[in-house]
Amino acid sequence: MSNQQETFGKTMIVVLAVCLVCSIIVAGAAVGLRPMQIANKEIDKQSNILAVAGLTTDKTTAEVFASNIQTKLVDLDTGEFVTNLSESEVAKYDQRKASKDPEKSVKLTPEQNVAKIGRRANLATIYLVSDDNGELQRIILPIHGAGLWSTMYAFVAVQPDGNTIDAITYYEQGETPGLGGEVENPRWRGLFVGKELFDADGNPAIKIVKGQATAGSKHEIDGLSGATLTSVGVEHTFTFWLGEQGFGPFLSKVREGALNNG
Amino acid sequence: MAKSSELKEVLTSPVVSNNPIALQILGVCSALAVTATLQNAVVMTLAVLFVTAFSNLFISLIRNYIPNSVRIIVQMAIIASLVIVVDQALKAFAFGISKQLSVYVGLIITNCIVMGRAEAFAMKNKPFPSFMDGIGNGLGYGLILVLVGAVRELFGSGALFGIEILPLISNGGWYQSNGLLLLPPSAFFIIGGVIWAIRTIRPEQVEPKE
Repeated sequence: MSNQQETFGKTMIVVLAVCLVCSIIVAGAAVGLRPMQIANKEIDKQSNILAVAGLTTDKTTAEVFASNIQTKLVDLDTGEFVTNLSESEVAKYDQRKASKDPEKSVKLTPEQNVAKIGRRANLATIYLVSDDNGELQRIILPIHGAGLWSTMYAFVAVQPDGNTIDAITYYEQGETPGLGGEVENPRWRGLFVGKELFDADGNPAIKIVKGQATAGSKHEIDGLSGATLTSVGVEHTFTFWLGEQGFGPFLSKVREGALNNG
Repeated sequence: MAKSSELKEVLTSPVVSNNPIALQILGVCSALAVTATLQNAVVMTLAVLFVTAFSNLFISLIRNYIPNSVRIIVQMAIIASLVIVVDQALKAFAFGISKQLSVYVGLIITNCIVMGRAEAFAMKNKPFPSFMDGIGNGLGYGLILVLVGAVRELFGSGALFGIEILPLISNGGWYQSNGLLLLPPSAFFIIGGVIWAIRTIRPEQVEPKE
């Protein structure tokens, strides 16, 4: 069996042959399955938006997106809707790609970079959810920030008052499964419902506290046990995205009633 | 070599009498991490089963050509490729589960069971028995995973495969869930209990006192 002579040349040939075959298999699987993976991600994102939209209908995901959900772009610096782009351009806009493009994003200074995301896109995609009568129900905002290992992506659904949380969902994260990964746990996400984003002075007020939140608190949420750094990351994500660099300007316009007249 | 009784022995012995987790104490890390729900445990079992079976098969096929000096690296290359294929396939066909298993699918590469069987069995045996040995060890791993997963999900979240069995107090039922069982360390206790049970039934597995 292995008593044949081993020469340097033969060793190299076998190793190269194994590597070649393996790389073809791996590349084949990666390239061949990519379209399905991308489609899965898109469906996953849409169903996550629906999960925080709070709509109860028997329409399919695509129908709900066509009839009840409006996709809008917000200029984060001014807090105004972007009006000079067509609907298809709005739909095609990729906030994640834009945040890597120096022309479409800003580099955050160390003091601004609370959520440790480095760069922030100038425009953000938000979703306006209306009921079947066309009345605005919820505003869905995308937020993201660093946890312990990964950047965690979430949607927050806010009531039209621009202050009260209706639902949140984390849809992409690479935290430790069972510990930080519990940001996806429905029971924990349920703790956010009814909390208020801002204190009386209009400053970001969401706090993830170690252990139990004070009973009756409008801003505190129980920390995840065994996941202190992930919990801190969640709090910082909220602090950043509610602040001046995030949706602060937009939400303060919402609180003043900018969405009520149309 | 290829007698059916021997093949059966190769296939069944790793399940109980020579279980990779309970007797050899290999692959415990992933047994802690992915057993919070039964569904994850089953999918992880299938992934490991696939990888051990096919890595054994391919390594056995080329065992006479693998240079002894670099055999571990060649084994790793084959195992790693299979794991990536499994990971990609899960992302394409079972996106929700692959999100929950996250890094642990990739970490099958470092699962000692796969490497251990390749080195201990596939390098010395013909392809078909090696394939069977891989399946047997995958099943042995899966048996423990499913046991642990069933206990943890039933008593930790009052459900099996996500279907409610014991109605939780938080959902208006009567069962106070055991939070410890949702955390990875609880799997240590359950695996310890399983090892105790197996060694009580089969005292020959008990190591002699040193």
